[in-house]
Amino acid sequence: MPGRAAGPLVLAALALLLVPATVFAHQETGSITGIVSGLKHPVSGMDHVLAMISVGLWGAQLGAPAVWVLPVAFPMVMAFGGMLGLMGIVVPGIEIGIAVSAIVLGAMIVTESRPPLWIAAVLVGFFAIFHGHAHGTELPAGSSGLLYSIGFVAATGTLHGVGIGLGLVHRFRGGRLAVRAAGAAVSAAGVFFLARIFV
Amino acid sequence: MRTIDRRPLALAACSFAAALCLAPVEAHAHLVQTGFGTFYDGVVHLFLTPPDLLVAFGLGLLAGLCGAAASRGVLFALPAAWFAGEMAGSLFPASLTLPWLTTVSFGAVGVLVAVNANLPRALLVALACGAGLLHGFVDGSTMAAAGTDRLGMIGASVSVFLVITLSSALVVSLRANWTRVAVRVAGSWIAAIGLLMLGWLVRGQG
Repeated sequence: MPGRAAGPLVLAALALLLVPATVFAHQETGSITGIVSGLKHPVSGMDHVLAMISVGLWGAQLGAPAVWVLPVAFPMVMAFGGMLGLMGIVVPGIEIGIAVSAIVLGAMIVTESRPPLWIAAVLVGFFAIFHGHAHGTELPAGSSGLLYSIGFVAATGTLHGVGIGLGLVHRFRGGRLAVRAAGAAVSAAGVFFLARIFV
Repeated sequence: MRTIDRRPLALAACSFAAALCLAPVEAHAHLVQTGFGTFYDGVVHLFLTPPDLLVAFGLGLLAGLCGAAASRGVLFALPAAWFAGEMAGSLFPASLTLPWLTTVSFGAVGVLVAVNANLPRALLVALACGAGLLHGFVDGSTMAAAGTDRLGMIGASVSVFLVITLSSALVVSLRANWTRVAVRVAGSWIAAIGLLMLGWLVRGQG
């Protein structure tokens, strides 16, 4: 009967929808995966996110000229760290350095430390090497290194911008407390990251 | 005589046909396959070649930071040098990308923007000419190998002119201090991309 024949046909049609095949909507498949991976990578790890936002928050607390020196210096030093990693130059204690970066940067925010500009820049630059070394080199297979780098740098810079934007509430009495509380949270997270390494 | 209801069968046949239409097979969603015409292929080429775009944009930022007078020289020097480089490169059609040199060129421009280098006009024009000749040469070589004619190379040079004009004019018009700082941050991003790219080249994954 026709009615009985319809059932298997419908099932066959539904099964056809499940057939996996590769769809190439873009010619440069490696390029699109490269830039998307680069954009996603910095926001996929809480350690990196917190440290980047902390740089922005601390910069906002310090005010000019630190608020622009730190975001200008950080990407370049971070990329230098990434370059060291790509060249196979080992930097010891990478994960420890990343955890300590969250602890120290958070502490700077909590205590509203105002060291001389060069000390702040050296401190942030020192930690940037660890972040660049750890995260700048994780290119998915088949992706474009250049486009991964573009995405990675843009996402990291955007996190700094978010930190600076959030840090602007520092001008208000309640906001000042909120920024310091955020610093405390970052430090606590850093302690957790450090504990996770050793435990 | 008993009437046979054929609607379920028709519905099933339609479902099957619809499913066939939805079956994933190789798809080409972009007109790049068919081409926009030689001139527009050249125009688009710049935006599909990140090192070229970064160096043109970076030089625009640098020229803008150096002021309106310095920018005027670069506006025409860069596209002219680019086109001259393309012509020279088209004499050697090959997939010659010179990634080390192009990476160093845009990375160096990024560093100059980041440090807010106030270059004299002559030096800025010389820098633009050098970068234009290098990137144009690579463009000309690869475009000629791909069968693009001189009209396409003119298109690429027009794109370069548009990018450097718009970016330098934007920076020259900036007055607030923080906006010029944002330009320097953009320069540091370009420099950072260059540094990472050098690492990828050392690793052989450029």
